[in-house]
Amino acid sequence: MIDYRSVMNREILSVPPSGIRKFFDIANEMDNVISLSIGEPDFTTPWHVREEGVRSLEDGKTWYSPNRGFSELRQEIARWFRRKYKVEYHPDSQVLVTVGGSEAIDACLRTMLNPGDEVLIPQPSFVCYVPLTQMAGGVPVILETKAENEFRLTAEELEEKITPKTKMLILPFPNNPTGAVMRRQHLEEIAKVVQKHDLFVLSDEIYGELTYGETSHVSFAAIDGMKERTIVVNGFSKTFAMTGWRLGYALGSKEIIGQMTKLHQYAIMSAPTTAQYAAIEALRNGDSDIENMREQYDMRRCLLVDSLNKMGLTCFRPEGAFYVFPCIKSTGLSSEEFCEKLIYAERVAVVPGNAFGACGEGFVRVSYSYSIRHITEALSRIEHFLKTL
Amino acid sequence: MDKLLKLLNENARLSCQQLAVMLNTTEESVREQIAAYEKEGVIRGYNTIINWEKADANHASALIELKVSPKRDRGFDEIANRIMQFEEVESVYLMSGGFDLAVRVNGQSMQEIAMFVAKRLSTLESVLSTATHFILTRYKEGGVILESENEQDERRSVLCD
Repeated sequence: MIDYRSVMNREILSVPPSGIRKFFDIANEMDNVISLSIGEPDFTTPWHVREEGVRSLEDGKTWYSPNRGFSELRQEIARWFRRKYKVEYHPDSQVLVTVGGSEAIDACLRTMLNPGDEVLIPQPSFVCYVPLTQMAGGVPVILETKAENEFRLTAEELEEKITPKTKMLILPFPNNPTGAVMRRQHLEEIAKVVQKHDLFVLSDEIYGELTYGETSHVSFAAIDGMKERTIVVNGFSKTFAMTGWRLGYALGSKEIIGQMTKLHQYAIMSAPTTAQYAAIEALRNGDSDIENMREQYDMRRCLLVDSLNKMGLTCFRPEGAFYVFPCIKSTGLSSEEFCEKLIYAERVAVVPGNAFGACGEGFVRVSYSYSIRHITEALSRIEHFLKTL
Repeated sequence: MDKLLKLLNENARLSCQQLAVMLNTTEESVREQIAAYEKEGVIRGYNTIINWEKADANHASALIELKVSPKRDRGFDEIANRIMQFEEVESVYLMSGGFDLAVRVNGQSMQEIAMFVAKRLSTLESVLSTATHFILTRYKEGGVILESENEQDERRSVLCD
């Protein structure tokens, strides 16, 4: 008998399995479950975008792309970033097309970190930052964002955790799971600290096009002095409802992107060719698709926030992504107890907040990447559930 | 399109309170707007989308193409007005292309519809010819997929493992 655990990499063995696996197993086995748990758009990729992918296949474009991605796509990405966020990147040296935003995050951490370097990770946040930091030899340091600050990261919270070993800050905004958004003034506060302590920033802006309200998303790279110390991660999954196409990108200084490209070329080779052809079309002609989807999300967001607050599950009005993050402490239950009871009693699935970091305890993530019909049904079940507690 | 109309078109059972929240306005103004639309005839009614095949075995419907001779001065309106009086007729459209009017007819059976076409429609004076197409399966109606197994959510949680 081989003792596999004794031979494999100790870091990956030490990464705990997701605590909510059990919960999803329950949800998957039940019938008639109304889920508000999924973290991807309910829209399918706009037809004209899919059509370009299909056309490229019909034309027999089935080869590898250049390691960095097709030049045409990199040019469109640079153009898009200039147009949307007023930041200039050179398409030949400052853009890397990756397999989703996830690969860009991984490549960035592996390129930037030396053993023992500390990485500041705000939580609640998406689950990948901590394990990827560990696998890259870094040391994750958690910054707990707070409901009273609408889950924004404050300069004080940041400064408190900085040590001589701090290398990087991850900025996951607009945030999954809280829906928090950092507006320009908030980013400027953070930028001062970043400058003062000579940090680098991985700004995960994958939900950047999904913000609601008067002002649109501000890229951290657009803040004075930050471009040279920021690696921006973005992609097509959320913006254009293209999750399954697996396409993202990283933007940054020529030196960093150059080394990331080296890693990417050996580990991945190149991002999917079909997806890149579709993505060119999305960037060129997809503005109205984004607008339509955002309008839908916005109405659902208002409905959910209003209804949950009326039921006594207090939540602030999130300004980005497609999640609300209500507090469930008034029920006296833990996040996992709440979710488990809710699914058994009413067959509604939401995600326990502690899946996104210990400080998510007392909250649940409710996704509104669902139709209004679906959401209203789930809401009436949740209301009934709360009355029976 | 007006957001309010779009929402109602998708689901007329949303309450004024829910609509107001989604549209970032007051319940009162939603109520007034709906009343105005009803008065102006923009909103002409509220329907239920029913999967009749499930509720009632005795249900048939057909799309009927009509070629008609238009009347001087009144064009197609006169014959269209005549046809829409039949309660079997669910909808009447004037079409471009190879025929003139498209008529959707409901009945208890195909036989009944066939009789209706033969006795009531084709005998109308300005009707030149009819072509009856029976609807065999309704997959989607009024924007709603009728058989729910066709709209299963294929998305999986990526947080699972």
